[in-house]
Amino acid sequence: MPLFDRKDKSRYATFTRRTLMLSGGMGGILAVLGGRFYQLQILKGKEYSVEAEDNRVSQRFIFPPRGRIFDRFGVELATNRRNYRVVIVAEQATQGVEAALDAVGKIIEIDPRQRDRVLHEIAQNKKFAQVPVAENLTWDEFARINLHLPYLPGVQPDVGETRAYPYGTEMSHVLGYVASASVKDQQNDDDPLLTQPGFRVGKRGIEKQYDSQMRGQAGGSRVEVNAYGRVIRELSNIPGAPGKDVYLTLDCQMQRYAEERLGEESAACVVMDVANGDILALASTPGYDPNHFNVGITNTQWQDLLHNDHKPLVNKALSGAYPPGSTFKPAMALAAYDNGLADLQVFCSGSVTIGNHTFHCYKKEGHGHVDLKRGIQVSCDVFFYEVARRLGIDKMEAAARALGLGAPTGVEMPGEVGGFIPSQSWKLARYGVPWQLGDTISAGIGQGYVVVTPIQLCTMAARIASGKALVPRIAHVVGSRFQPQPMPGALPFSPEAFAVVREGLWKVCNEAGGTAFAWRINEPGFEMSGKTGTAQVRLITKQEHDAGVRKNESLPWNLRDHALYFAFAPSDAPRYACMVLMEHGAVGAHPHVQMARDILLFAQRRDPAKLPTAYPVRAAETDLVGEKT
Amino acid sequence: MLRPYAAARRTLSVADKLYEINWGLVLLITIIASIGFAMQYSVAGGSWDPWAGKQLVRFIIGFGIMIAVAMVDIRVWMNFAYPFYAASLLLLLGVELMGMAHLGAQRWITLGPLELQPSEPMKIALILALAKFMHGQSVEDISKPLRLLIPLAMIAMPAVLVALQPNLGTTIILTLDGCSLLFLAGLSWFWIVPVVAAVAAAVPLAWRFVLHDYQKARVMTFLNPESDALGAGWNITQAKIAVGSGGAAGKGFLEGTQSRLNFLPEKQTDFILTNYAEEFGFVGCIALLILFATVIGYGVQTAVQARSQFGRLLAMGITLNFFFYIMINGLMVMGLIPVVGIPMPLISYGGTAMLAVMFGFGLLLCVHVHRLVEIPRHSTGII
Repeated sequence: MPLFDRKDKSRYATFTRRTLMLSGGMGGILAVLGGRFYQLQILKGKEYSVEAEDNRVSQRFIFPPRGRIFDRFGVELATNRRNYRVVIVAEQATQGVEAALDAVGKIIEIDPRQRDRVLHEIAQNKKFAQVPVAENLTWDEFARINLHLPYLPGVQPDVGETRAYPYGTEMSHVLGYVASASVKDQQNDDDPLLTQPGFRVGKRGIEKQYDSQMRGQAGGSRVEVNAYGRVIRELSNIPGAPGKDVYLTLDCQMQRYAEERLGEESAACVVMDVANGDILALASTPGYDPNHFNVGITNTQWQDLLHNDHKPLVNKALSGAYPPGSTFKPAMALAAYDNGLADLQVFCSGSVTIGNHTFHCYKKEGHGHVDLKRGIQVSCDVFFYEVARRLGIDKMEAAARALGLGAPTGVEMPGEVGGFIPSQSWKLARYGVPWQLGDTISAGIGQGYVVVTPIQLCTMAARIASGKALVPRIAHVVGSRFQPQPMPGALPFSPEAFAVVREGLWKVCNEAGGTAFAWRINEPGFEMSGKTGTAQVRLITKQEHDAGVRKNESLPWNLRDHALYFAFAPSDAPRYACMVLMEHGAVGAHPHVQMARDILLFAQRRDPAKLPTAYPVRAAETDLVGEKT
Repeated sequence: MLRPYAAARRTLSVADKLYEINWGLVLLITIIASIGFAMQYSVAGGSWDPWAGKQLVRFIIGFGIMIAVAMVDIRVWMNFAYPFYAASLLLLLGVELMGMAHLGAQRWITLGPLELQPSEPMKIALILALAKFMHGQSVEDISKPLRLLIPLAMIAMPAVLVALQPNLGTTIILTLDGCSLLFLAGLSWFWIVPVVAAVAAAVPLAWRFVLHDYQKARVMTFLNPESDALGAGWNITQAKIAVGSGGAAGKGFLEGTQSRLNFLPEKQTDFILTNYAEEFGFVGCIALLILFATVIGYGVQTAVQARSQFGRLLAMGITLNFFFYIMINGLMVMGLIPVVGIPMPLISYGGTAMLAVMFGFGLLLCVHVHRLVEIPRHSTGII
C-alpha cells in the first residue's frame, strides 16, 4: 500500500474551496462588527455621549438658607434652625429600601404615611437621590441612628436646616408656612430646587408672597458619580445665594398683644399707622402652628384644622368678607355732607316706610330728631335710610370705593379678597333685574349686597382719620430693597366733611348716648374715636320681628350676628387705626369694642410708630415727600 | 527565504524551526495582547493592579508556551491528539461530578496551585482530535452515516458536559468549531442542507416548548433592552452607551467613564471591548478589527499552504475558534445577540483562556513551520 494515494490530494480542492467560503463569511461578520461600530459611534455617537454624561454627572444641590422674616424692630419671626434628619439613598440600600425602612423603624418611629411618602419619593427620583426619611429628630434619636449606622445600608444621617417659627401660632396668618412643593408648584416654576426631595416652598402669607426672593438660589455642585451613586470627584461648584431677609412693618409686641386680646374667639384685628399705612398688627384667630406644616402635619391635625367652625386656616383679616353693617355709615355721612345733606335733619320714630316696605331702626322706640353727627353717634338706621334714599347708589358706591372698600387694598399678602360694593349696572347684569330703591336703603346701613374685609375697614378708618388715601403696607424691606410705597393721594371729600364725621365718631365713644361710650378710653390724651357695627348673618322674618327680635345671646353661636368696630386714636391727632371683627360676637357686652379699646390703648402707650426701627434699608427722602406734605 | 530542502525534510533542526516561525503573526498577537494590558490598566483606574500585571505575566508564560508548541513536530501533536482529548474530557467530567457533589454549578478544577477551567483546553483538544480523525478520512468516507457518528460524538460529548455546567457560550463555540471542521473536511451538502433547515425549523419549536421562562425573558430583554433599563437590560444598555459615547476619535486613554465608574458589568473580562471602544472610538475599533482580520488572514494562509490534511484542518480550526470568540463577544457587547459569557481573546482578563489561546496560536505556528511536511492518510503521526 502506497503512503499517498489520490484520495489524499482530492480533498484538498474541497478544503480550499470551503476555506474560501468560510473566509468570506468571517470577512462578512467582521464587516458587520465594523458597521455596528459605525452605527453606534458615528451615527448615534452624540446621543450616547449625552447618555454617558447623564450617567456620570450628577447635580447635587446645596439648599440655600431661606431668608428670615423680621418685624420692624428686628425681632425674628421666622428663622432657620438645625435639623437633624435621616435620609435614604435607594441605590446604597443593599438589603432593599423596605428592609432599610424597617430597620430604621425599629430605632425611631416611622408612621405608615411617612413610609408611603418615602417610597413614593424614591420612585420619583433618581436612584442616588437623598430622600428624607425622618426630620427634626431629637439629639437622642439622631445619636441612636448614628450608633446603628453600620447595620443600616443606604441610610445616612444628615444635618440640614429647617424653618422655625419661634412664636408658633401667634403669627401664623401673617407669616404663613412652608411645605414641600406640590406638583402644581413644580409646573408653575422651573426652579430646579422645587423638584428636590425635602425642599420647602412658602405656601401662605409672607412666606408665599416673597417666596421667590426668600428662597435664594440653589448652590450646586456638579459631581462625578459611579454606578452606585458614590461621588468620585467634584467637577464644578456653583456657590448659590442665600435667600433674602424680609422686614415687616409689624410690631411683634403689638401683634402678640392683639392676638392675646382676641383670645380664642373667631376674630380678626388690624392695627395701622395712620401716618403712612404701615400695618403694625394683623391678627386672625384662631391660628395654626406653622411648625407643624413644615415637619409634616398629621392627618388628624389637618382634619381638625379643616373642620373647626372657627376656621383657623382662614386669614379673616384679608380673606373674610363681611357685611360692614353700621361701620359703613361714616362713609355715607362723608358723601352726604359733600352732596348737600350737611344740614339734614331726620325724625326717627323707630321705623320708616319707603315705597311699600317698612324699614326698621335697630332701636324700636326711635331716636327722635337726628342730625349727621348724632346719626353717627347713636348709629340711627332711619337717618341713614334717608341719606341713602337721597344720595342714590351711585354716589354711595363712589364714596365707599374712595375710602378703600369693595376692592383689594393691595397689601403684600396672598389671598386677599375684594369684598363687594354693588352698583345699578351690576345688579342688572347679574340678576337681570333693575336696581330697586330698597336695595339702596339696605346698602345705606351696610347690609344687602355690601361686603367688605376687615383690612378694608381699617384702611377706611385710617383714611377718615388722616384725610389721605393711605394704602396699607406690611413689608418694608425685602433683601436690600426698600419696598416703595405709593404716595397717598387726595380723597374726594371736603375737609369740613371729614371734620364733621370725625366729630361724630368722637361722640360715639366720648359722649353719653354714643354706641361705644361704655367702653371709651378714659385716659386723657388717649381718647379714641370709632364706630360700631353689626352684620346680620341671617334674614329676620316679619313674624319674628313682630314677635320681638331675639337677643343674640339667646341664639346658638353660629346664628349670632357678626360684630365689627373700627377706631382711631388719639382722637385729636390720630396716629393708630384699629379694626376688630368678631364672628358671631354681637352680644351686649361688646367684647370686640373692649378688644379694640385695649389694643389702641396698648398701641398709644407703647407708641411703636415713634420707636426707632431696625430696618437695614430706609426709604430715600424722596419717597417720604408725599407723606410729609 | 524558504529552504525547500530543509522544510520538506522529515525532521527539522531547532534553527530551521525558529527560522520558519511566522514572526509577523507573533508580532500581531503581541500587539493585540498589549492592547489588552492597556485596557486592564485602564479599567483598574490607571493601575497595574489587580488585572494588567497578572495578565502580562500570563502572556509571557503563554508566549513561551506558544513558541515551544510551534517547535514540536506536528506529527507529535497528531500523536497526542486523542490522549489530549481524552484527558480534557475526563477533566470536564470531573468538574461535572464535583459540581454535582457541591450541589451547584462548577467550572473550575483545582490542581495544586493552579485553578483550571477544563472547557478552555477542551476547545483545543477537540480541534486536534477532529483534525486527526478527519485526516484519516477521504471525502467519501466523511459523509458515510456510520462513520459520521464518530466525529459527531466527539463534538457532542464535551458540548453536553459544558452545557450542563451550564456554560452556554463555550457550548456554542465547541459546536461551531466542530461543525466547521466537518464542513471543511468535505461533509456532503446532502447532510448540511437538511440539517441547517431542520435547525432553522426547530427554533420556533424550541421557543415554544423547550426554553424556560427566564431564558425567554433574557431573549426578550435582548430584543428590547430599554424595556428593562434598570434590570436585565442594564448591561446591554450601558455597553451600547459606552461604545457609542466613544464617537469617532474616542475619549482618550484612561478617559473612559462608563467602565471606570462601574456602569459596565464584567468590565475587565467579557465587556472589555466597550472600554476600548469608549477610549479609542471608531478609529481605534476599526484598527483593532483590521488587526484581527490580519491574524485571521495569516491563519487561512497557513491552512491553505499546509501539505497535510491534519495541518490544514488544525490551522483552520484554530483560526475559526479565534474568530468565533471575536464574533460572539463583539456581537454581544454591541447588543446584536443576547449576552453569553464569551471573552474577547487576548484582550479580556482571564488566565486559562489566555493560555489556551496562546497554545492554539502555538499550534497554528506549528502548522506553518511544518507546512511542507506531508503525512499519509493512514498515518497516525510519528510511528
